[in-house]
Amino acid sequence: MASPSTTPRPTDAGGPRPVLEAQGIRKQFPGVLALDGVALRLFPGEVHALMGENGAGKSTLIKVLTGVHPADGGTLVVDGRPHAFADPLQAQQAGISTVYQEVNLCPNISVAENILIGREPRRFGLIHWSAMRQRAAELLTELDLDLDVTSLLDSHSLAVQQLVAIVRAVDVSAKVLVLDEPTSSLDREEVAQLFTLVRRLRDRGVAILFVTHFIDQVFDLCDRVTVLRNGQLEGEYPIGELTPVTLVQRMIGGELATLDQLSGRSHEGAAVRAAGVPFLRARQLTRTGSIEPYDLDIHAGEVIGLAGLLGSGRTEVARLLFGADGADAGEVSIEGEKVVLRTPRHAIARGIAFCSENRKSEGLVGELTVRENIILALQAARGWTRPLARATQDELARHWIEALDIRPADPEAQVRHLSGGNQQKVLLARWLLTAPRLLILDEPTRGIDIGAKAEIQKLVARLAGEGTSVLFISAELEEVLRLSHRIAVLRDHRMVATLANDDTVTPERLLTTIATGTDS
Amino acid sequence: MTTQPAKSEAAGGVGRRPAGHRLLWPALILLALLLGNLAFHHDFFSVRVRDGHLYGSLIDILQFGAPLILVALGMTLVIATRGIDLSVGSTVAIAGALACGHISTAARPGSVATMLTAVALALGVALALGLANGFLVSGLGVQPIVATLILMVAGRGVAQLITDGQIITVTSAPYKMIGGGYWLTFPFAVLLAAGLVALTAFVTRRSALGMLIESVGGNPAASRLVGIRAGGLLALVYVVSALCAAVAGLMISSNVSSADGNNAGLWIELDAILAVVVGGTALTGGRFSVGGTVLGALIIQTLSTTVYTLGVPPETSLVFKAFVVIVVCLVQSPVFRAKVLRRRRTTTPRSHTTAGAAPQQQEAGA
Repeated sequence: MASPSTTPRPTDAGGPRPVLEAQGIRKQFPGVLALDGVALRLFPGEVHALMGENGAGKSTLIKVLTGVHPADGGTLVVDGRPHAFADPLQAQQAGISTVYQEVNLCPNISVAENILIGREPRRFGLIHWSAMRQRAAELLTELDLDLDVTSLLDSHSLAVQQLVAIVRAVDVSAKVLVLDEPTSSLDREEVAQLFTLVRRLRDRGVAILFVTHFIDQVFDLCDRVTVLRNGQLEGEYPIGELTPVTLVQRMIGGELATLDQLSGRSHEGAAVRAAGVPFLRARQLTRTGSIEPYDLDIHAGEVIGLAGLLGSGRTEVARLLFGADGADAGEVSIEGEKVVLRTPRHAIARGIAFCSENRKSEGLVGELTVRENIILALQAARGWTRPLARATQDELARHWIEALDIRPADPEAQVRHLSGGNQQKVLLARWLLTAPRLLILDEPTRGIDIGAKAEIQKLVARLAGEGTSVLFISAELEEVLRLSHRIAVLRDHRMVATLANDDTVTPERLLTTIATGTDS
Repeated sequence: MTTQPAKSEAAGGVGRRPAGHRLLWPALILLALLLGNLAFHHDFFSVRVRDGHLYGSLIDILQFGAPLILVALGMTLVIATRGIDLSVGSTVAIAGALACGHISTAARPGSVATMLTAVALALGVALALGLANGFLVSGLGVQPIVATLILMVAGRGVAQLITDGQIITVTSAPYKMIGGGYWLTFPFAVLLAAGLVALTAFVTRRSALGMLIESVGGNPAASRLVGIRAGGLLALVYVVSALCAAVAGLMISSNVSSADGNNAGLWIELDAILAVVVGGTALTGGRFSVGGTVLGALIIQTLSTTVYTLGVPPETSLVFKAFVVIVVCLVQSPVFRAKVLRRRRTTTPRSHTTAGAAPQQQEAGA
């Protein structure tokens, strides 16, 4: 994994001049010094990783580099010329393009239009459609992408849409390409496809700034790494000087102990837990077009991991158990009693809680404050006529902000301004304070930093220890293996296996099951 | 900071917008409009007591603005849920027509009992109209703009049916009290509107109603997964909106002692929507501000009054009003303010430097 690229890359000693050099960048937001004297150098033909925990200042730095936020101090030199971008267009004109995590294209028009929108070839003042299609096809061919340029962007997967976004960004201005967490919603194969494209661009001399949470990917792809911590520059390293462990150490400082505590598996006592009447029993539960009939038992204090590729039906399993989608057939019993979970309210009344993988669209209400988001589930259960007293609200918010170390520790902050990891914690707090019997966590650690990740994993282990059942969905096999007592594997909308998580279950065995659908 | 996009890291700062700050711009705009009037009429701010009643331009603004405040109040809650209620103007007309129709045919039109029945009749029908809107929106899932458009068009016709296409005039001292009477020297309409505003503010903020409405409007999908029963809340806001419109309709018809199915409350839905937006509640739903809406309604009403006090000719009064509204909206827009401020900031240093210096660099160094 950790084999650095063997191609000679520019280092400190001489070599080519950086295409982008930022020095002493400072950015002050009300109450927060987001960036304090940060420096960054990008050389032509390198993939450069920007690493740091949530809140370390990665996004702010990118926004300064791409003209979204003006810097409060420091210098930015692009191609030997000093710049201060007032808006993203100026940055683009200077040769810096950005592709964000969420694809910023128009899904309802064709691939060709998306690539060339704003720069359409024209004839007699009208769009020259055939020239446009030809140009778009050329751009795709140059990068070895085989796509029908007349097809609607919507008809392609998110991964392909991302590739189109990159092609567009490179064609707009090809010196510096910023990729902000491009892989967080892609599966393994799609990531490989993306990396092929990135390497090809690197070989053409584009400087690529790659922001990610996946440590493996940094070692797979990147040549050098800049690490930020608490808004300050921690250091800049050639990848060869780092190992995954030292990289993480540099990112989080001296807090590595939190990870070590979890390194052992937490499945002792699994056999005891699996005895008796399960808390929840699902039999032949199904919904047409979304998930084939499945059986699942969840005992009190048990952590069930759901493993499988993106789109394999993991989320669908959870949504049926929470009543977020209605089941077509099959039955659910809770503590031996048959129930119908038609809406989330029914499930909540039975002690089931569900943290959606889509924190922003299905989890939090961005405009409301941290306090309001935390008490929302409890208040919803009480109805509007029985409000929680303000003092109680404040106390609950304070308690959970402290318990989960939500930052900033301000109950009146709007939740949309929090970082991903802290938003996840707010969502967790909302459900934890309802003291659920079964907590369904759909990708709770996706897109959040390593420190918050460890805290959430620890929390899951502790909750299970206290008797709460947890249904844990994650694309990261290691995480599933570490936390689960049993693992249900999904493939193509079917539950193909349920494994007791003992020492015979290795990532390789799990991977084979996911890939082939049989537990060999 | 106000224009910061939704996705940002914690280090990107935490936006706290205290309520006082939110009301600042609407309050300043209202003040500017009032001062503008004062410049033309030096006795604009003077309030006199005559026959035990308060008189003056400011009192007029409050009294004539009371119906708009009420309609906008109901509209605020609807808009907070991402909805819109276009039918309020028709409800205003129907309420006035029903009440006046009842009084004009009653045996004793001047009695308090007749007035009370008339009011109850109007409010009862408004309740049914609100439920119909609420059912279309929350029960059948019809888009709010379409659902309420039905009643906006049909309701106007119903109001004309009730009045038989005529203007019904009534003579009833108790009924006249609602929109044209005085109590403790104050216009009764102003007291009534103030009471209802206070009641709404109290109920929404002291119960969890306000927060749940904001949650449903701010993120419907998340609200469903958190177990909020959105259906009941949606129906409720349309009922409140219809009731507010009905009270406004009573005020308007009472003030002129007549009901005009054709013109009563005509276009008031648009003024109300404008008042809500100027008051700081976004059409995209979520956070709402009752105080902001009251200021917004007063701004709109002051503007109408200004048109008269300035003696703007009737044929240009709508254009004048439109122009002021555009200015008000621009001043309210954080994006516009940021642009104007930025331009000022970049041009100032430029004037002090030689032509060759790059102004951009200066900005970065600052």
